[in-house]
Amino acid sequence: MIQQKLREIAKELLMKKEVDLIIGFGEGTLPLRATPIFVRDPEEAERIIWNSFCENNLATYLHKFDRFKVGLIVKGCDARSVVALNLEKRFKNNPPFLIGVPCQRMVDRRKVKKAVKGEILKALEEDDRIIVEGEGFRVILKRDDFLYTSCQVCTHRTPVQANVLVDQPVEELPLVESHPDMDQFESKSLEERWKFFENEASRCIRCYACREACPMCYCRECFVDSSRPKWIEKGLSPSDLTFYHMVRAYHQSGRCSGCGSCERACPMEIRLNYLTQKLNRDAKELFGFEVGINPDGPPPLSTFETEDKQDFIK
Amino acid sequence: MMEKSWEPKILAFLCNWCSYAGADLAGTSRIQYPSNIRVIRVPCSGRINPLFILKALQSGVDGVLVSGCHPGDCHYLSGNYIGRRKSATLKCFLEFLGIEGGRVQFSWVSAAEGVKFSRVVQEVTEEVKKLGPLKKFKKSSWFGVQSSEKENE
Repeated sequence: MIQQKLREIAKELLMKKEVDLIIGFGEGTLPLRATPIFVRDPEEAERIIWNSFCENNLATYLHKFDRFKVGLIVKGCDARSVVALNLEKRFKNNPPFLIGVPCQRMVDRRKVKKAVKGEILKALEEDDRIIVEGEGFRVILKRDDFLYTSCQVCTHRTPVQANVLVDQPVEELPLVESHPDMDQFESKSLEERWKFFENEASRCIRCYACREACPMCYCRECFVDSSRPKWIEKGLSPSDLTFYHMVRAYHQSGRCSGCGSCERACPMEIRLNYLTQKLNRDAKELFGFEVGINPDGPPPLSTFETEDKQDFIK
Repeated sequence: MMEKSWEPKILAFLCNWCSYAGADLAGTSRIQYPSNIRVIRVPCSGRINPLFILKALQSGVDGVLVSGCHPGDCHYLSGNYIGRRKSATLKCFLEFLGIEGGRVQFSWVSAAEGVKFSRVVQEVTEEVKKLGPLKKFKKSSWFGVQSSEKENE
């Protein structure tokens, strides 16, 4: 089983001192959640778990542990983030040791919560079913009905560039062909699109959880925190909120692995994936670049071709 | 009445080596072009961070023009190529979000193209004029709440 194998590998790596610590998932304190854990002791490797709630992109923590040799447990999307970070030369001294898990697609806890009435006190995963229990109810749900949208469209579930793979590579077929949020958004008129975007952004409380959850947001000083020049004012004016969301998304241009961590982290359930999905599609159409697939070669916006599209330039 | 007197404000980022000199040539040659543009001289069109463009739109301009050297002519060899990629993604992204693509314009103007500069400014001004004032994510006032309340009165 994947979980057992992860523990064995983690234990072995720590015993041989090939890595200083392993970043993986442990049992969360709430049902339907897994929490990131940092294992330094071989004995502690038993705390590592693997299930359909291991949704975070752990590559985010690499920036905080850049002085250590890290063993990182990665899904397909996380591995692509690591590759993208590597292109930006983030790991000069200590490239992480990637323990790749071919991903089974993750379960959207919010969808599960909406499907049952009452508070969920316990959640179990058995094969392709999720059993949730609460006061006075016990419901069995089909796992595949409650997947994250970003996971449904995923076509790179097997980690690229992993040092070890704990399981056989999985078939790379998306469950849904194209991102439904993005398609729906794109089918609207210009005015409707802006209204939708503004409406989503208006719920923002500027907690910056989307930024913190994202492995690609590693600037020492984010443009929102900079006071000289002051790009954006504090407060929740609609203008500033849309500005923040536009720039945050644009900064992912040609860098986003589409893991969906930003949207999962958002306490206000603001939809964010359609923005980065669009940028990813543009990067593919304009520059033929797909994030995290090609381990060498510069990121698309730091390079150029003389034949790039320029019909929009006067 | 208001509609008739409205003139768009357009911010132009001109590259020091080509477009700024092109604008200068237009001036010294007494070529006419609309006075709607406000020029900011930048070292290179590759210097333009898309954040500048968005910030300008937020701060109250109705359109932005970025102009640099022709491909192959960049003073820094590849700055305009890099800028071209950034502009392409930004333009697609803005249109996707629901901001008219015509508000953000790009052009190549060399130091010898005073006439072209004047033509570009005319075209851009016409297009932005047709689109009307940008209300979408303009800050109600540059200095925040105080004067925006005054506007409402």
